[in-house]
Formats: sequence, structure tokens, C-alpha cells
Amino acid sequence: MNWLELTSLMPLLIVASISVILLLLIAFVRDHKLTCWVTCVGFIMAAFFAFADMGNTAQQVTPLLIIDDFSRLLGGVVLLVSLACAWMSYAYLETADEICEEYYILLSLAALGACVLVASNHFASMFIGLELMSVSLFAMVGYMAHSKQQANMTLEAGVKYMVLSGVSSSFLLFGVALIYAYAGTLTIDLQVVADGPHLQSGYLIVGSALLLVGVAFKMSWIPFHMWTPDVYQGAPAPVTGFLAGAVKVAVFAFAMRWLMMAQGDYLDLLLLGLTVMAVLSMVIGNLLALRQNNLKRLLGYSSIAHMGYIIVTLAATATHGAAALSTALEGAAIYLITYASMTMLAFTVISQLAAKDRRFESGTLADYEGLLFQQPLLAGSLILAMLALAGMPLTAGFIGKYYLVLVAVDSQLWMLLSLLVLGSSLGLYYYLRVILVLCKPPVSDRLMVLGTSEKLLLLLLVAATLWLGIYPTPVIEWVQLAIA
Amino acid sequence: MQLLGIIISLLGGGVLALIVGRQSASASRWLSLASLVVASIFYTSLWLDSTSSLSTSIWLMHMDWPWIERFGIHLLLATDGLSLVLIGLTLVLGYVALLSAWHEINHRCGLFYLNFLFTLAGVVGVFSALDLFLFFVFWEVMLVPMFLIIAIWGHEGRRYAATKFFIYTQASSLLMLAAMVGLVLLNQQQTGVLSFSWFTLTQTDTSGTIGMWLMLGFYIAFLVKLPGLPVHNWLPDAHTQAPTPGSILLAGILLKTGAYGLLRFVWPLFPDAASAFAPIAMGLGVISVLYAAKLAFAQNDLKRLIAYTSISHMGFVSLGIFAWNHLSLQGTVMQMVGHGLSSAGLFAIAGLLQQRFHTRALDKMGGLWSLMPKLAALSMVFAVAALGLPGLANFIGEFMILLGVFQVEPWAASLAALGMILAPVYALIIMQKGFFGAPVGDKADVLDLNARELLMLGLLVAGLVLLGFWPNLIFTVTAAPVDYLMNLGKGVSI
Repeated sequence: MNWLELTSLMPLLIVASISVILLLLIAFVRDHKLTCWVTCVGFIMAAFFAFADMGNTAQQVTPLLIIDDFSRLLGGVVLLVSLACAWMSYAYLETADEICEEYYILLSLAALGACVLVASNHFASMFIGLELMSVSLFAMVGYMAHSKQQANMTLEAGVKYMVLSGVSSSFLLFGVALIYAYAGTLTIDLQVVADGPHLQSGYLIVGSALLLVGVAFKMSWIPFHMWTPDVYQGAPAPVTGFLAGAVKVAVFAFAMRWLMMAQGDYLDLLLLGLTVMAVLSMVIGNLLALRQNNLKRLLGYSSIAHMGYIIVTLAATATHGAAALSTALEGAAIYLITYASMTMLAFTVISQLAAKDRRFESGTLADYEGLLFQQPLLAGSLILAMLALAGMPLTAGFIGKYYLVLVAVDSQLWMLLSLLVLGSSLGLYYYLRVILVLCKPPVSDRLMVLGTSEKLLLLLLVAATLWLGIYPTPVIEWVQLAIA
Repeated sequence: MQLLGIIISLLGGGVLALIVGRQSASASRWLSLASLVVASIFYTSLWLDSTSSLSTSIWLMHMDWPWIERFGIHLLLATDGLSLVLIGLTLVLGYVALLSAWHEINHRCGLFYLNFLFTLAGVVGVFSALDLFLFFVFWEVMLVPMFLIIAIWGHEGRRYAATKFFIYTQASSLLMLAAMVGLVLLNQQQTGVLSFSWFTLTQTDTSGTIGMWLMLGFYIAFLVKLPGLPVHNWLPDAHTQAPTPGSILLAGILLKTGAYGLLRFVWPLFPDAASAFAPIAMGLGVISVLYAAKLAFAQNDLKRLIAYTSISHMGFVSLGIFAWNHLSLQGTVMQMVGHGLSSAGLFAIAGLLQQRFHTRALDKMGGLWSLMPKLAALSMVFAVAALGLPGLANFIGEFMILLGVFQVEPWAASLAALGMILAPVYALIIMQKGFFGAPVGDKADVLDLNARELLMLGLLVAGLVLLGFWPNLIFTVTAAPVDYLMNLGKGVSI
């Protein structure tokens, strides 16, 4: 490993070292604030290195990891999401009746896994990354298991996530094994197997299908979505934010990389599978969200729908290959970035509210009544997040949706486009419901004071969501650079 | 620059109103008034420019800044005579709505005026944006504040109405977004240029099936906003449940954005598809005119009744636009302005009655003429304006539309002319049920109009009479742009 390879691995190394440093630190000093600071600074440094490195040539570091601009960009996004997550966790854990320092170790491990996943072009590193992320998340989802306030929900969520994630991993692993049996290599770039199939390509077809199932579990594409609402509802709000933001970005980045490499007849099968999942996720995801009464659960279904929309870019890649690739890739990256910003905004609000009163995450929407007039900043941010998720112009969500429409029209995916329109129209109803609840007259007096750092995080995310919507040019140029 | 000045003064005024609204409600009212005045000053200077420059070019001012270079999206604002007239209408109705809000809106004033001024800014943007992407942004942006106005300050069924309004508009505009992207990519295929500029896209060859599909995407979005049958269903609820200033904005100017879109985008961008589709669109227009008039007659809720008359009147607009000749288009513009003024007046009256009697039900009114002669007389003016009495603006509009349509599709004109019979029926039923006869219940102590209310309604009556007797005030300004659009829409290259 030469110096260049080492520097390009810098973000990963920093994130890995956060967990080691924290382990040592906690052994000597138990200080929640210090722990959180170390984590945040680590994430900032790692994200800085990831972004600063952009524009440099792609580095294949060992056969396992490829550090190109795509992985730098999305790795950076994952790290920023993790940063927001660590930041909002502080206030949340401060009010929890649970020891909280170890949480940050798990968070940094999960972030490391996500970064590895983004950068992997080898099935082994993919599996390592995915498992590192998932295993840390089991613990994070169930972190409040001994807390008196929220043990029931969180324990259920943790176990559910663990079992289903385990099942999906075994599917995925079996798929990888079959692909290995076909290709004799674990690299995802199967074009290197130039001397023809070693076995019947049935191995490849079944293997790819199983791999897709594994990915679909993580992306919570219907019909592999069962865990999503329960886990979203039961997990602590910052963890839900991580699940909705970082995990989705990382897994999708891998899926994109994998499908870009894929060629041949088995693509038709994958395309069929993707289309079916897209249709189901867009329609059923939105339909199931309509009558949800818990905000986190509602956002769970909303994320199912959003992940359904983004399949458009995968389908474009699978249908048109290289011709559609650059637009599709650009669209996917932009969508992931915009989705991360708005979904983190929503979960930051929930987490900050839940830090004051746990009812905001476990209770019904009715608890949010009148919040606009009592907590204008928090409620205003939540309204902005809802409008962004609904795809209103001047917010990040619109730019993402615009890209998807562009990709769909460009690749002539008319059915997916019409379902995208239908799904988004259905989705309006429940986003508006949340806004309407916030605008109702207040029911009770609630006095909550936000700390400066909480306000700062909120304002940063609001700024990001608006900036992406109002003046996306810099980000678009950046993304174009990353996929060039 | 004046256009930007108008938009920015409205947006800035809104933000300031929110800030001062926390301290004092009346400060936010005066501040909104001030920001409207500033916008009007910019507008006046724009109008003065028009007298000198309209003779040389139909475009008054042109502002073109790059925005999202990746897709050739620009901040492209321009006005021609048509936009100028509609922006003028927007500002006038802004004053009227502000006056009606003055005492009706008592809680969360700052937030109300923020939404109010943002809606106005969005509408001005819609009327002046000539980059399709920018147009779409304004189109959507005026939706959110209007939604909040209905949802927070509306009447008993406000949340249902607001949601319905939002979903109808937003769902249809997603179709428009898809069609817009399709058009831009089609243009890119033909010319190699990626641009959202209206000036570039009107040169695109949109003949063929694809043109028809794209046209339908735009048409449906505008038909929902207009609204026309069969997608008019959101309107009666939204108009009825909105607070008075909201109803005035909705009926007076938000509906006009749909008509404006048909004029500015559907025909010029898709000449072939639009002319092929014209008979169907005119058929829908005729059905709107007659069916909505019949529905209006059957209503007991005063605001609902007025809402249905709007649909009926917008049917005429639909007819006029799809006849696409000089007469019908000029008539359409006049109808838009006339309906803007008269429906605003009727909604203002309904608001005043509701403030006094806490009901909108016609059968609980009755005999009001003897109690409130001033209000009753002014109601009469708006009612006869709505039914198309000669001497008021609406008559000129409807008459010219019918003349224009008759040249193209005599059957459509003949059927729509029946609307002229139905209009008096629903307009006079308001007068008969509400104002004539013996007073119902104990209403002895009601107050007639005060000075503010007189000013508000007087402004509208003055406009109606002025345009009724001197329609050339508008026609001279819109003649050139209407011809320009007409030629574009006939596929004549300019």
C-alpha cells in the first residue's frame, strides 16, 4: 500500500480511529459531552478529507475498495449524516435514563461500515461493510432496551431488525456464493470474466436475484419492507435518522455500482424485479402512509415510497446501460443528497422534540397540535421538511424529484414516470396532514427551550435543504465532477 | 428591474410583517399596506415605461440571469401588455383583499400577512416568468401560502378544503412538470440546445403524437387551476372555506393563472396539438358554462353559489382561448379582468354578510335591503356585473368571446349563449333570497357599510364601470401581445 492509497483511505481511517479513541477514552473518562465532541470532530475531519480529495484520480486500494469521486462524494454525505446524527444524539441521550457514551462507538462503527459499503467494488468488502453497519445498528436500535421510558418499543424494534437483517444477509450471502460459483471471482465487475461462463448462467441469475433481495431488505423496498415501520417507530429518533439517511445512501450507492457493472441477459430479470419493487413501493408505500398516526412510522412509509422513486435511476441504468448512465447516476446522487438533507431535517426535529418529551416520538400526531405557535422554529423546520419530502420547489426535494422526472423521460420509462406522479400525488395527503396538525390551535401549554447547539444544527439543516432547492448549481457541478 | 422590485417588495414586506406581527397586529397590517404601495409604485413606473416602449417592442422588460446552468435554466422575467394587465389586476385585488382582511383576520396576523403577500408575489411571478422552470417554481410557490391561508384562517371545513385544493393543484402540476421536461428534451433533440426559455421552446416542432401528450400535460394542469369541468371539484370547497381575503385572491387572481397558462403556454408551445384539441376543449368549456350555472342556482351557501358562478365564467374563458382569434382572445382578457373584479366583489359581500350574521346560508338572510341599503345596492351592482349587464366589464368580455367563438364553432357559441340566460337566474336569486322580502329573524341592529368597506367595494365598482365604458384602456395594451401570441399559436413563425 503506497502513500497515495493511504491518503485516499484517510476518511475511513479517521472514522475507524474514532471508535478506537472512544473506547480508550471511555475507559478513563466518562464524559458524555467530551465523547460527543470527539465523535463530531472525527466525522467533520473525515468528511473534510473525503470532499477535499475529490477531483483526484480514482484509487483501487487493495482489490476490495475503490476510492473514486463517486465514493468520496457519497462517503462524504454518509459522514455528514452521521455527524448530524451524533450531534442530535447529544440532547437526546442527555435526557435518557441510560448510559450513553458507548452509543457513539456504535455510531462511528456503523458510519465506518456505511463508508466501506459505498467504496466497495468487491463482494467481500460489501459484506464486511454491510455487516459492520447492520450489527452496530442492532445495538443502536435497541439501545434503550433497559430504559424505563421506552424499553418496550425499542426492544421489539431491535430484535425485529436483527432477525430480519440476519435473514436478508443470509440471502445476500447465498447470492454472492452463487455468483462466485459462476464467475470464480468476488469482484463485482463481472466483465473481467471474459472467457465465458464457467457454469450455467443460471447460477448468475439466481445469485443476482438473491443479492437483489438482500439489497431490497436494506432499502426497504416492498415486499421486503415489513421491518421498516416498526423499527423506525421503535428506534431512538437519532438512530432512525441514521437508518433513513446514511444506510439508504450507502446501500443504494452499492446497488448503483453493482448494476452499472452488470451486463447480459440476467439484467432483464433484475430490471423486472426492480420495476415490480418500484411500482409496489411507490404505490403501496404511499397508501400505507396515509392513515399513520405516529410521525416516525409515517416517515418510515414515506421513506419506502422515496426509495421506490429512486429505483427509476436504477431502472434507467439497467435499461439503457451506458447511454443513460451519466444522467441516471447524476440523478441518483442528487436524489440521495437531497433526500439525506430533508430526511435528516425531519428526524432532527423529532429527536430534539423527543429529547424534551418522549411522547413526540412514541405518541400520535395529536401531540404535535399547535406546535407552530409554540415552537415556531422547530415546527417551521418540520413544515419545511414535509414540503421538501412532498417535492415543493425551492426545497431540496423538488430538485431530486425533478431529476427523477428527467431521468424517466430521458430513458422513456413511461410506466414508472406515471407511477411516480401518482405516488407523489398520494404522498401529498399525509405530508399535508402533518402540516395541518402543526397549524391547529394549541391544546396545552408547552415550554421548551432549545440550546444553542440544537438551534445551530437545525439552522444548518434548514439552510442545506433550502440551498439545495434554491441554488443547486454548485452541488450539481460537484456531482457531475464526481461521476465524470 | 421594476418586476423584480414588485416581487421583492412583496416578499420582503411579508417577512417584515411576520416579524412585527409578533408585537402588534396593526403594525403588520400597515406594513403589508406599505409593501403593497411600494409594489404599486414599481408597477406604476412599469406602466409609464410601457407607454413609451410598447410601440417599438411587445416586450416591456427583460431580465435574464443564469440560474441553474446545467439545464439552461434562467431567471427570465419579462412582461408584455398581457402580463402588465394581469399584474395590475393582482395588485388592485391585493388592496381589496387587504381591506377585507383588516378586521376579519384577528389572530396570528403576522403569519397571515406573510402568507398573503407571498401569494401575491407568487402570482406576480407566474405572470412574468418566461423560463418554464421558473414559471413552475412560482406556480407551486403560490400554492403553499394559499394552502396555509385556507387551513389556518378558514371556516369550519377548512382542513378538508385546503388539502383538496393542494392535492388537485399539485398532482396536476406534476403532470405539467413531466410534460415540461419532455418538451425540453424534445427541443434538445431537435436543436441540441438545452433550454427552458419560452422564447426558445416556442420554436420547437411539436407536431405529432408526442406534441399531443405534452400539450395534455400542460392543459390538465391549467384546467385544474382554471377550473373547468371535469376537474373543478376542489373549487367550491376551497372558495367556501377560505377566509374572505383568501376567497378574493383565489377567485380574483389565482384562477386567472390557469387562463394565463393556456394563453401563454398551451397554444404558443403546441400549435398543432392545441388546434386539434380545440373542439374538445371548447366542448368542455360549454359544459362548464351551463352545468356550473345550473349548480350555482341550486346552492344555499352564498359563497358556494359564487364559487360555481366562477366556474361558469371560466367556461367562457376556456371557450375564448380555444377559439383562438383576435376577438375571442381580447374578450378573454377582458373577461378575466371583469370576472376578477366582480367575483372579488361578490366574495367581499359574502364575507361582510358572514361577519354580521355568522352565516352564509341564503335562507337565513332575506330582507336585507331595508336594513343595509348601501350594501344591498353594491351587491346589486356586482350581481348584475356577473350576469353580464352592458356597461360593465363582464359584458364586453362575454360578448366578444361569443362573437369570436361564433366565427370558429357556431354551435359552441350558440350553446354557450344559453349561459347568458342562466346567469341572470343565479345572479338574481342572490338578490331575491338575500335582499328582498321580509327580514328573517331579529336583525334590527346590524350596521351598514363603514368607510373602509365602502372604499373596498367602491374600488371594485369603479373598475367595473370604467372598463365597461372604456374597454380600450385594456385593449390598446393587450392588442399587440395578443396578436403575437395568436400568430405563435397558429404556427406562424415570427
